[in-house]
Amino acid sequence: MKFIIYRFNPETDAAPYTQTFELNSAEFTDDMMLLEALQKLKEQDPTLTFRSSCREGVCGSDGMNVNGKNRLSCITRLSELSQPITIRPLPGLPVIRDLVIDMDTFYQHYQAVEPTLEAPIKDLDHEHLQSPAERDQLDGSYECILCGCCTTSCPSFWWNPDKFLGPAALLAASRFLKDSRDQNTELRLESLDDAYKTFRCRNIQNCTSSCPKGLDPSKAIAEIKHMMLKKSL
Amino acid sequence: MNTNLQTDDFHFDAIIIGAGGAGLRAALELAESKHQVAVISKVFPTRSHTVAAQGGINAALGNVSADNWHWHMFDTIKGSDYLGDQDAIEFMCREASEIVRELEHFGVPFSRLDSGKIYQRPFGGQSQEFGQSQATRTCAAADRTGHAILHTLYQQNLKAGTSIFSEHYALDLIKDQDGQIAGLMCLDIQTGEYRLMRAHHILIATGGAGQVYRTNTNATINTGDGLGMALRAGLPLMDMEFWQFHPTGIAGKGMLMSEGARGEGGLLRNADGEAFMERYAPKVKDLASRDVVARAISIEIRQGRGCGPNKDYIELDLTHLDADIIKKRLPGIRDLCLTFVGKDPIEHPIPIHPTCHYMMGGIPTNLHGQVITKQNGQINVVPGLYAIGEAACVSVHGANRLGGNSLLDLIVFGREAARHLNQSLKTKSPERFDPALDLAPVEQRIQKWQNSETSNNSATSTDSIRQIKQDLQQVMEQHCGVFRDRATMQQALPKLDALSQRLSQVGLQDRSNVFNTERLQAFELDNLLAIGYATLHSALAREESRGAHSRVDFPERDDQAWLKHSLYFAGSHQLDYKPVQLKPLSVESFEPKARVY
Repeated sequence: MKFIIYRFNPETDAAPYTQTFELNSAEFTDDMMLLEALQKLKEQDPTLTFRSSCREGVCGSDGMNVNGKNRLSCITRLSELSQPITIRPLPGLPVIRDLVIDMDTFYQHYQAVEPTLEAPIKDLDHEHLQSPAERDQLDGSYECILCGCCTTSCPSFWWNPDKFLGPAALLAASRFLKDSRDQNTELRLESLDDAYKTFRCRNIQNCTSSCPKGLDPSKAIAEIKHMMLKKSL
Repeated sequence: MNTNLQTDDFHFDAIIIGAGGAGLRAALELAESKHQVAVISKVFPTRSHTVAAQGGINAALGNVSADNWHWHMFDTIKGSDYLGDQDAIEFMCREASEIVRELEHFGVPFSRLDSGKIYQRPFGGQSQEFGQSQATRTCAAADRTGHAILHTLYQQNLKAGTSIFSEHYALDLIKDQDGQIAGLMCLDIQTGEYRLMRAHHILIATGGAGQVYRTNTNATINTGDGLGMALRAGLPLMDMEFWQFHPTGIAGKGMLMSEGARGEGGLLRNADGEAFMERYAPKVKDLASRDVVARAISIEIRQGRGCGPNKDYIELDLTHLDADIIKKRLPGIRDLCLTFVGKDPIEHPIPIHPTCHYMMGGIPTNLHGQVITKQNGQINVVPGLYAIGEAACVSVHGANRLGGNSLLDLIVFGREAARHLNQSLKTKSPERFDPALDLAPVEQRIQKWQNSETSNNSATSTDSIRQIKQDLQQVMEQHCGVFRDRATMQQALPKLDALSQRLSQVGLQDRSNVFNTERLQAFELDNLLAIGYATLHSALAREESRGAHSRVDFPERDDQAWLKHSLYFAGSHQLDYKPVQLKPLSVESFEPKARVY
């Protein structure tokens, strides 16, 4: 099995390059995930650098671009991939080393939507009541693992990474807009009502097609726009 | 090699090592107090392993059926096989309801009942009326409760303005020349710079170390870094023989299939299709305590009733459940199953096998999270040092943890340690950052992994950090797994010595400073190997079976000789002991009894 992997070490390389690796067919099994293959390649070359942790698609560490699509290596079956397998870092953000990217901009956008529940005064003798139907509204947004696959697949983000919040941050915003407990709906909508922050989204839908958790940030952004429209009427 | 080891201008009121549930809950409490707090985490906070907790968090809210913290306390003590400290357990169970409601106020998206209250599900080892009937106590956000809690705590910390040093790896505690803990050396993973930090107080919240076993539910980051640090600082680890093997990991892979699956009605079946838990725990069957269920599964397989062509796994059967219940209440495990088994649990049973899940032992603390040690027969508080969460042993889980009590432990003791630390900071000494530090030991360790090139000696040049780690995991699994006996464990000791020898000789091929993951894994392996020793020595010495520690050669619990905590010191692998606190804070003691489910 052949892998073509993006390499860059800022201490030794003037420019990025690609390196070809081979994995002996005896070394892989039918149900092997890409992460396991990368670990075997790291045995061949311990300098090959990537992030990973939970090995089951919940921590969001190992987003990478695989054969042109953003995915999590730990839940991507090798058998699904056509060969040679080309692996590059997630696009649109600076590369620290090999497949490790600098996600600061991504995290700053997340922080910018103030992703914190603003609920009435704390009464620790009672929980806020929320009906199952109200709670259902959060399904599809609270599960985001901040892996960055969506935002870094978005051409609008590539074009305006500093001003467009990107699908992950907007999905987080929608999680709080939809929470029946949250009191800041108006303020949140006002803050998002901006030609760049939200409206650079052009419904390209790369985000939705690349989300490894099957979430739909594109729909969430459309819903935010819809809420703004309703508010202004 | 960076030469900024001596730069000494990072001074804090408190440093929290680890940004999982415990570390972030503590950080939040301290951020609100306006002290200068730094959180050091080797991964971005939401990558911490709390994110993987599935089933829920226990609190006697009584939203579904009548409940009481006192019943929860009894269940926890019985679950611990009476090794848990009853003062700490009472404290945790009393705090539980308020702390879960506080999480709800922070924004945790708990699932809901028709009443609008927090959804609760039945979990193993939980009862009403002190063992009478099954309780419904585990508060859940579908089967992603850890994710929901961790992300919410991170969000609250963003609002509170906590300083988080992401991708900084804590190497070692630094002592001053009087031997007091005074600071921390850490490695900035992104740049490769070593950074000295001083603080009035250091709080260890580095989580567990399940990576010491081959098949485990733990993340790659769970290498017990705080435990290694404590041992190197001359401090003991407590009850390290007690590792929880979760009954239901995906066979051959280890990913967790939440106990919530059985809480929602799932059944374990052997090759004959028999729901065999009835034979092992006639009363509560599949919802017996985890140690009991894991042993039952191992026995079924050993006696030839395992499933599959090699008869080497058991099936977790959800096929009789309503498909909507599975989609609604167990979406995460359905996903995992589709991804890793390639089958939908709505239609097919899930192949499972016990898998290493949780470390009951850890750094001994009192119920305020202050680290304690034993010197000359005296139990003392270690000034300036706290530990919480899975890294700590307070001890609320004793010899076996109940499902749903881990998230609770993190949050309760995260808050409590921070409150106590906050009080301690009222009398902070202005001279705290003056004393000269003893940097020699950490410098030596840094030099070792900074300069170790792959040698040309053919015997060692083919060896690698990854290979040594895999061999360690194999040794621990073979020699100190679900069932143990003296002969098997004794064979492991020379094997650990050989691994230790290899680790001292192996070189690194990656010589870079920027994001050097090979070097990081070498530092981590120092810790894992130390934990392997702690586990083996503690397990060899304890000649009884209690909770998760099952000695084939000593099958009975022996309260006369062994109702006590083990303390392991790394120096010459010596063991000492500490009495179990049988006296709760306000209620009557629960005297040790035979443990039947």
